[in-house]
Amino acid sequence: MGSSKSTLQHIPNAQELIQETGFSPAHIQRLYERFDLLDRDQMGRLRVPDFEAIQELAENPIGDRIIGAFFASGKDTVDFPSFVRVLAHFQPTDANRSRDSAPEPYTSPNRKLRFAFQLYDQDRDGKISRAELLQVLQEMLGLQVSDEQLQSIAERAIQEADLDQDDAISFEEFKQSLEKVDIDQKMRIGFLS
Amino acid sequence: MRRCGRVKTWLLGTFFCSLLVFGAEPGQTHSGEQRNASDLSGIPIVTFKWHHVEGPYTVALWVLVAGVGKLVIEANHHVTAVIPESALLICFGFVLGGIIWGADRVQTFSLTPTVFFFYLLPQIILEAGYFMPNKLFFSNLGGILIHAVIGTCWNAATVGLSLWGCHMGGAMGDLDIGLLQYLLFGSLMSAVDPVAVIAVFEQVHVNEVLFIMVFGESLLNDGVTVVLFNVFDAFVSLGGPAIDAAEIIKGIISFFVVAFGGSLVGVLFGILLSLLTRCTKNIQIIEPGFVFVLGYLSYVTAEMLSLSAILSITFCGVCCQKYINANMDERSVTTVRYVMKVFANGSETMIFVFLGISAIDKTIWVWNTGFILLTVLFVLVYRIIGVFFLTWIQNKFRLVPLDFSDRVIMSYGGLRGAVAYGLAVILDEHKIKERPLMIGTTLIVVYFTVILQGITMKPLVTWLKVKRASSDSEVTVIEKVQNKVFEHMLVAIEDISGQIGHNYMRDKWNNFESKWLSWILMKPSARKKHDHLFSVFHKLNLKDALDYVAEGECKGTLEFVRNENAYIDFKKKCGDDFSDTSMPDLTIDMEDTTIANPYTRRETVPSISLEMHEQTMNGVRESEDINTHHLLQQHLYKGRKQHRHRYSRSHFDVNQDENEVQEIFQRTMRNRLESFKSAKMGVAPPKAISKHQKKDALKQFHKDHV
Repeated sequence: MGSSKSTLQHIPNAQELIQETGFSPAHIQRLYERFDLLDRDQMGRLRVPDFEAIQELAENPIGDRIIGAFFASGKDTVDFPSFVRVLAHFQPTDANRSRDSAPEPYTSPNRKLRFAFQLYDQDRDGKISRAELLQVLQEMLGLQVSDEQLQSIAERAIQEADLDQDDAISFEEFKQSLEKVDIDQKMRIGFLS
Repeated sequence: MRRCGRVKTWLLGTFFCSLLVFGAEPGQTHSGEQRNASDLSGIPIVTFKWHHVEGPYTVALWVLVAGVGKLVIEANHHVTAVIPESALLICFGFVLGGIIWGADRVQTFSLTPTVFFFYLLPQIILEAGYFMPNKLFFSNLGGILIHAVIGTCWNAATVGLSLWGCHMGGAMGDLDIGLLQYLLFGSLMSAVDPVAVIAVFEQVHVNEVLFIMVFGESLLNDGVTVVLFNVFDAFVSLGGPAIDAAEIIKGIISFFVVAFGGSLVGVLFGILLSLLTRCTKNIQIIEPGFVFVLGYLSYVTAEMLSLSAILSITFCGVCCQKYINANMDERSVTTVRYVMKVFANGSETMIFVFLGISAIDKTIWVWNTGFILLTVLFVLVYRIIGVFFLTWIQNKFRLVPLDFSDRVIMSYGGLRGAVAYGLAVILDEHKIKERPLMIGTTLIVVYFTVILQGITMKPLVTWLKVKRASSDSEVTVIEKVQNKVFEHMLVAIEDISGQIGHNYMRDKWNNFESKWLSWILMKPSARKKHDHLFSVFHKLNLKDALDYVAEGECKGTLEFVRNENAYIDFKKKCGDDFSDTSMPDLTIDMEDTTIANPYTRRETVPSISLEMHEQTMNGVRESEDINTHHLLQQHLYKGRKQHRHRYSRSHFDVNQDENEVQEIFQRTMRNRLESFKSAKMGVAPPKAISKHQKKDALKQFHKDHV
């Protein structure tokens, strides 16, 4: 890995990204190389097929959902800053302590949970409806589980989490049902190269 | 009933043992006998020609006895859960050894180096190499090598030097061993043994990284052990004064030559094997033979060239895996896999039994408390120190550091086994006066590690895991599901960000491999099949993709179609006349050709499924009260991190995890294909409702009949 500052010059907005996301220059460099590798037609933007080319994602039950999470609603390409911003969620929480300039750092438990929440809430209405929950369960469970069983699991889940009885799980309810879980531990990977 | 069976096995076992013992005796006395024609007074109708069959008979009987011993041991699972099988087999060997000793007053059977190194060890290592999880192995190769090379050298040096220091300090009384001999002894004690490691780790389920580190180390350290042993052996022969810098440099060079040479020989034989299997289209029945013969040849060739034989056969297995699995006929592959496991299992059993028998031999009962106790102590202590130090260094560079319990298990899992014993027996009596003591000590160390450490390994692992386990008190459904989601999420993000492995090198290697190696070493038809179905789905021409699948399905070569849980099917089937629609519909097919079931022909599917659907309706309604937690526990897909390492000596089922991966893969592909289809062709995907009915019914039917 070469020196940090000079090689970042060809990456647009590198400094702002560093400030915003809390990644180190080495990390940004590494991520740019990865972005470049994935970008097969070299347009500077990633498309769904670029993600789908990663073979391991096809073997992941929620692989396509994760891919979807990179794309802001309505857009069908991902540029490098968006790519980095999504991945910023997965740093350890304390990585961001020194760069406190952002209003809410990407690595805060709240942001992380919001990311997880949005995996369920595909229509972005701020609530996980029964149908959306069912869809996720269907993807996560083996095919031996019948529809009736799926329904009952979803039912149980909503019963446990839905506090205001509106038959859907809002973000606050979601957060509360997961308060015992160490979010930071569950949603982090190391970015050492 | 069960007690009856156990008594029977005991009786049988005793019978065969006595046969062996008494068979050995006449063998001794009649061996020199010759039959002269003039001695005969009449034509003998039946004669007892023991000496005629002595050799083969003894061998066969030993194999039988070892097998029966294993039977007896496996009869009771309560015992094997606590004491590992290897320990029990050694004890069985003690018993047998005692019987033979009692009968003959001398140990007629013991584990000779020739038998061990040429007839018992190769198949175990071949099996290890063939079933090695390559991706895991190569991505952790750096760590493995560090432990194999540096760790083993450290073990050898420290054990040897410490023992010598203690000797100088007078802790061992009057022994005739010099520094060089101590170093020699240290080097043969240093090798972590693959046989013992597998035997113990099979019962203790550790995570795959840990497993591959210890197992890989046990395989690769042979290169070092062989070099060290030979170098010090030569030094001992030369004598102290003759050793100067030149000799030491030669020793270091020989390490590189032996290690890399051995691996190279293995790779060459692997390539040869792959090429051979490529050409066996017309006579598939002899394919398995080639595998075993060439594997063995790689071992013996390396041995002939004084290179590392274990490394050679390991790399032969590692390299040829992919190609021979692709080239050979399905049945040949099954045969090879099963037979390898049979051989490996058998060899392992015999090795442990003989290790037990070899103990009951007066010639090695030389007791020197200081020497023995100190050896055991140093072997254990220096292993722990070595591992902790090396992993500390490694952790500075590792993505996911090895934590404390991992390191404890790694150090505790450094078991010594038959290889050490074999090397000890090779020692020359004339050069090394205290050979019996060394052999005895080696055996004691082996027993200590295999039996004691084997027994305590499982409790240790459980204890360590308990420390980290989170309280599983009242976990809600959401928590459970979400935890799984997190797991899958992390794996996906790791894949997207390219975290695992050194991507650049691996990509280059994959390109090289798929362009050149596959072209040379794989059959054209296999190459096409091996063309990951994945890339096929990305071909822009949908029709092409569908044709490809249909064609492959027709030939029966598409693995996922043969899989019982397969769902993707296309109406177009060659030979069948359903195919009038140009737009294939995604429906379900159960192509289970192994069982003669009524629904291999698609026409019968709807009627049967509807019938079954009605019958099982009641059952379904009742099952609505099933505990959701139980369901979740059973059916949530395991994340990739949790897939157990697929390595098990005695289990040969189609891997559950593979089925799971297949399921997910197909589902993802189907979803993508559907959205692709609707985008490209403007055709609405098949209605979900009708599909679900059929799918449900078939699932129920399938579930009731599995």
